[in-house]
Amino acid sequence: MQKSKGNNALTGWLMVSPLALVLFIFLVLPIVMIAVVSFWQTTAFSIVPAFQLENYEFLFGSPVTYTVFINTFKYAILTWIFTVLIGFTVAYYLAFHIRSLTWQVVLFLLCTIPFLTSNIIRMISWIPFLGRNGIANSTLISWGLIDEPVEWLLFSDFSVVLAFVHIYTLFMVVPIFNTMMRIDKGIIEAARDGGASGSQILSNIIIPLTKPGIMIGTIFVVTLVMGDFFTVRIMSGSQSANVGRLISNDISLLQYPSASATAIILLLTVLIVIAVLLRFVDIRKEL
Amino acid sequence: MEPRSNSFYVLTAFFSLFLLFLYGPTLTIGILSFQGPGGGLTFPMRGVSMYWFYNLFEQQAVGDIWGSFRRSLTLGLMVMITTIIVSVMGGLAFRKKFPGSTFLFYLIVTALVIPSILISLGVGLLFNQAGLNVHWSTSGYGSQLTWTLPFGLLIMFAVFNRFDKSFEEAARDLGATSWQTIRHVVLPIIAPSLIGVALFGFTLSYDEFARTLLTSGSRNTLPLEIYGMTTNVTSPVLYALGTLTTAFSLIIIVIFIAIVLLATRHRASKGSDVGNGLL
Repeated sequence: MQKSKGNNALTGWLMVSPLALVLFIFLVLPIVMIAVVSFWQTTAFSIVPAFQLENYEFLFGSPVTYTVFINTFKYAILTWIFTVLIGFTVAYYLAFHIRSLTWQVVLFLLCTIPFLTSNIIRMISWIPFLGRNGIANSTLISWGLIDEPVEWLLFSDFSVVLAFVHIYTLFMVVPIFNTMMRIDKGIIEAARDGGASGSQILSNIIIPLTKPGIMIGTIFVVTLVMGDFFTVRIMSGSQSANVGRLISNDISLLQYPSASATAIILLLTVLIVIAVLLRFVDIRKEL
Repeated sequence: MEPRSNSFYVLTAFFSLFLLFLYGPTLTIGILSFQGPGGGLTFPMRGVSMYWFYNLFEQQAVGDIWGSFRRSLTLGLMVMITTIIVSVMGGLAFRKKFPGSTFLFYLIVTALVIPSILISLGVGLLFNQAGLNVHWSTSGYGSQLTWTLPFGLLIMFAVFNRFDKSFEEAARDLGATSWQTIRHVVLPIIAPSLIGVALFGFTLSYDEFARTLLTSGSRNTLPLEIYGMTTNVTSPVLYALGTLTTAFSLIIIVIFIAIVLLATRHRASKGSDVGNGLL
């Protein structure tokens, strides 16, 4: 028995060794590297190993940092609100209102396909919609709702959040749909037989049972938005910034130590947010 | 069947709007890319032509589009094959607990949620300090794997959570070795989901941009090329490129879905060997 247990462990390790190797070289080592470099010094031409807290002092001493972090949270929260509302509604429709499995699969695939195409293309495809002479403005004018083009549609916080919702709602739909499909339809029927109204069923049965899916979707959306740097750049027309842009700006100026310090703080922030969210759900059970 | 309630129609309208929201913008640039030579970035259409597509093939000023396309294609295939193999092995291993499995699981979650710019920056720094050149087929390839492998594994976890173990037990009872069990029982059963893993592996790599930004070296992949264009190209040639690469992704997706459908149909008709005898 002892021997077979040892064998099991060995087989397990052998099977995951490629995975572990990739994650070690391209995930663990890079994080360690960033942590180390965040204490280094920048000279005019290169970066020099050192141990000084200057990068962090500068980061925490600059008012820009706080604005940018607040911006990052603002985008994350706004995007979360919209993706959870839209994602829940779409998943609810697919899981409870579509009755044939084939149609469920077809409609689900229709929601998934855009995820497998280029994000950048999907972002720039908003330009003809939102621009000054874009479809949205000309439609609103022809309906008589506005007299002259609205300027804040493109290159604003509005367009940034719109693009986030556009790209990331799928990350809500999939896990919520997944948990909804596992709800025993008998429970809902029993509730209906017991006289529960549609909204009672929704708030007392479906929403509580769907919570794990909502949490997983939340983890995805919040971390993706917090770690983003190019959506904000493209959709805000470089007019607003989040932490990711702060890092990528430093990188383009070859200020690697400073970029690393910001990156470490961003990573810690994201991990804290996830740790809080994970208290509400056991991911492994929910797959 | 009970009659449809009012909420069904409201939700159908909502879902249709959602699909319009998902596909509308892409369709718009698809239409706008067929403008005449005088066209701009928004409506109205100024003539109809293939001008911007020709422009894409001729103009070298915007960079090396075809070279970057070839690189993205090669990289996508490399990532796809690696993702399939590593995810299946990982998925099989994770069915039993082994020392360190929880730690590795959290590492996978970390890879999934870590801001992609950290991978880009970290791998770039690592290669730089180790005196290695960053190249799309080494550092770029590894960085993309930190994104595709977790997805592949999540799919495998979901598949194995629903896997009926009695098939394997039956095979073992009949004297199959563990390799034979995997080769002749487990793999055929999970084959359709492997096609899903392959599709994710390829398309996520083909479109990946954030993790390749600092790790692909001087030779760009296609998404990097497009990202560069967004800042300095303001003609519909950008839309033409977008339309082409989206069309390419759609073709890949359709091919994969067709393979799944064929495989399922084949299995439905040939799956049973009742009466054929064994051995």
